[in-house]
Amino acid sequence: MSSVDSSGPDSEREAKENSSPGAGRETRNSSSLTDGQWHRLHPATPLLKGGLLLLGILGVVVANLRERILHLFVPEFPGDEGDPVDFVIQNGLIGWALLGIVVVLVLLIAGSYLSWRMHTFRITGEAVEVRSGILFRTNRKARLDRIQGINIVRPMFARLFGAAKLEISQAGQDANVLLSYLGSSSADVLRAEILRLASGSRAEAAAVPVGADSLIERRVNELLAPELDPNLAPPESVVKLHMGRLIGSLALSDTTIVLLLVAIAATVVIVTTGEFYVLLGIIPMIIGFGSFYVRKVSKYLRYSIANTADGIRVGYGLLSTGNETLPPGRIHSIKVNQPLLWRPVGWWEIKVNVASHSRANKGADGQGATTLLPVGNSQDVRKVLELALPDLREQSDDSRTVKLLQDSFGSVGAEGDGFTTSPRRAMVLRPFSWRRNGFGITERSVVLRKGAIWRQSVIVPQARIQSVSMKQGPLERALNLAEVQLHTVAGPISADLGAVAARDAESFFRDVSAATVQAVESDRTHRWHDSEPQASAEPASERRAGSEPAPEPTK
Amino acid sequence: MTEQLDSTARLDSTARLDLPEANWQRVSPKLIVAEYVGGIIPSAIFLVASWFFPQFVAPWLFPWLFIAIAVAVLIALVLIPRRVHAIGYQLREDDLLFRRGIMFQRFVAVPYGRMQLVDINRGPLLRALGLSELKFVTAAASTGVTIPGMLEADAEELRDRIVALAETRRAGL
Repeated sequence: MSSVDSSGPDSEREAKENSSPGAGRETRNSSSLTDGQWHRLHPATPLLKGGLLLLGILGVVVANLRERILHLFVPEFPGDEGDPVDFVIQNGLIGWALLGIVVVLVLLIAGSYLSWRMHTFRITGEAVEVRSGILFRTNRKARLDRIQGINIVRPMFARLFGAAKLEISQAGQDANVLLSYLGSSSADVLRAEILRLASGSRAEAAAVPVGADSLIERRVNELLAPELDPNLAPPESVVKLHMGRLIGSLALSDTTIVLLLVAIAATVVIVTTGEFYVLLGIIPMIIGFGSFYVRKVSKYLRYSIANTADGIRVGYGLLSTGNETLPPGRIHSIKVNQPLLWRPVGWWEIKVNVASHSRANKGADGQGATTLLPVGNSQDVRKVLELALPDLREQSDDSRTVKLLQDSFGSVGAEGDGFTTSPRRAMVLRPFSWRRNGFGITERSVVLRKGAIWRQSVIVPQARIQSVSMKQGPLERALNLAEVQLHTVAGPISADLGAVAARDAESFFRDVSAATVQAVESDRTHRWHDSEPQASAEPASERRAGSEPAPEPTK
Repeated sequence: MTEQLDSTARLDSTARLDLPEANWQRVSPKLIVAEYVGGIIPSAIFLVASWFFPQFVAPWLFPWLFIAIAVAVLIALVLIPRRVHAIGYQLREDDLLFRRGIMFQRFVAVPYGRMQLVDINRGPLLRALGLSELKFVTAAASTGVTIPGMLEADAEELRDRIVALAETRRAGL
C-alpha cells in the first residue's frame, strides 16, 4: 500500500512507503492511517473495481465475435457477414480501429488512475472524511460518535489481492462511508482504530505488527485465517453453527413449505392431466430456489458472533467474507422468531433493526446486517441476546428480566409470568394467540410477545425507542381493546402489539413513555467507553475494557 | 392553543382510550374553516361524478351511488369540527404528547431528545388563515406527529421551544 502523506490530492509530493504487497514485512504503525492526514486507497483499487467490468466487456466482445473467431481457427466454419469487423477490414480502417482501441484503453487507465489519486480519506478524532471524483468532487464527512457499525467485506476477487472494503455505517439511507479498497490487514487495524476513536476511550492503541515472510504465505494466511482477528476479538465465537443445523434449518424453512406445495400441485396436475409441460415452468423456479439455498449456505457456513470491547462482531461468508462490528447501543430492536417447522427441533432466528442501510453487504437476499443469528437453539439465543443486550449479562439466572425473556419464546402464556396478555375477549382478533399475545417491561427493555403458530418476540431497548403510540379503531373499541406500538428506526421488525385491553394499553403508554425519557437521558452509548460521573445511574451497560474514566461530558 | 380540551369526552364510552391526567392544548378553531374549504372541493367533484358517471355506464346505479356518496360526504363534513377538536398536544416536562382522531384514535409520546428536526409548513390556504402546520421528525418514520392548524406565532414559538429542549436533551440515535 502506498500511504501517501500529502496535503491534497493534487500535491506532487509523493512519499511512497515501500510497504506495497510485494515488500516482505509489513509493520504498520496503527496511527499511520488515523493521523488526521489525507491517505489514498489500495493501489490495486482501479483494477479491483474495474477488473470485473473489463472482463465483462471482453465477454460481450467475444460473444459478439464468436462466429468470426471460430472462422479464424476453423476456416470451414462460415464466418459472419456484414459485422463491424468486416466493415473495418473492407474499408482499410484497421489502423484507425487500433488507434481507437488504444485511445479508449489509455483514457480508461488514465481515468481510473486519476480517480484513484483523487480518492482520499482522512480520519480525525471527530470524523471520517472522504473526497472523491475527478470532475464532480464529492466530500463526505461522517461524525465518529454517530457510527452505527463498521463492516469489512472481502469479495472473493479482492481477497486474492489481499484487499478489503471497509464500510462505516451511518444512520440513514445510503449514508455510509465506503473505503474500497484497503489492504486486508490495514482494514482490520483501521477498524480497531476508528472504533477506539469513536468510543471516546483515551487508551492508546499499540502498534499492530503484521508479520509473515513471503507474499504468498501472507495471502494464504489471510485466506485461511478465521474472520476474527485474534488480537482484536476473543477467538471463540459464542455460537457454533454446524453444517448439519444450517442445512436442516434451510430444509425446514418456510421457503421449503412453499416449494413442497408447488411440487405437490405440479404432481397433481401431471397425474390428472398427463401433461408434462408443467415441468418446464417449474424448472426455473427450482433453479431459483436452489441458488437461494446455495447463497444462504455459503453465506452462513462460517457464521460467527463474538463480543469485543467495541461491540458485537458478526462474521459470515465462505468465499466472499464480511464481518461487521456493531458498537453498543446500535441495535434498535431485536426479533426472536421461529418458523413453523423449526418448532419440533427448537430452533430460533434472531433479526435486528439497525439505523444504517448498507449497500456493500447485501449478500444473501439482502439480509446482511439484519440477521444476528441465522439459526440456533435456545441456549444460542440466550448467548446472542446477552451480546445484544449488555444489561442481560449482569442478571442472575432467576432474575425477573431473564425469566421474562425466557418466557417470551417458548411459553404459550401462563398466569403470572410477568406478561400483560390480551383478555379473553381478544379471541375475536387473536383466536389462537390471545393467551400468548402480551407485553412485559424489564428494567431496560420492552418485550412484546406474539404469535401462537409463528411465534415471535420483539425486544426493544428502552434507550432506542424513538416514540410510543397507542391506537384504537372502531372494532377494537367495540371490544374494549387497543393497539400499542414502539417506533424505532426502519428495518425488518415493526414493534407493535394489537388486541391489548384498552386500560392496559393506556398504562403501557404511560409507563413506556416515562421509561423511554429516563433511558434516553442516561444513555451514553454514542461514546461507549466515555464513562461519565453521572453514569452511576446506569449500571455498567458497556464493557469498559481499556477505557479510562473521562470526567468531561461527551459533547 | 389557549383553550384546554375538557375531559368530558371520556364520559361517552369507557372503551375509549384516554389519558385523563393530560392537560391537552387545542389547535386553533380556524383549522375548521381550512378543513371545510379543503374538503368541499373534492367532495363536490365526487358528487358531480357520481351523478353523471352511472348514467353513461351503469344506469341501475343511477341515484344510489350519488345518495351513498352524498351521505358519506355529509357525515365527513359534519364531523370536521369534532375531528379538529379532538386534536390535542401537551408539552410535558420531558416529552411531547399528541393525540388525534375520534373513530381512529391515536396517541403518541415523543421524548424531546429524540426530535431530529421540526418543520413548519404553510400552504396557501393555511397562510390565508394565518395558520401553520408543525411537523416533528424522529429517526423512526412511523412516529408521524404533525400538529396542523397552529397560529403562526404560536407555531414558531413552539418550534423554538422544542428545538431548544431537544438540544439540552440530545443523545445518540
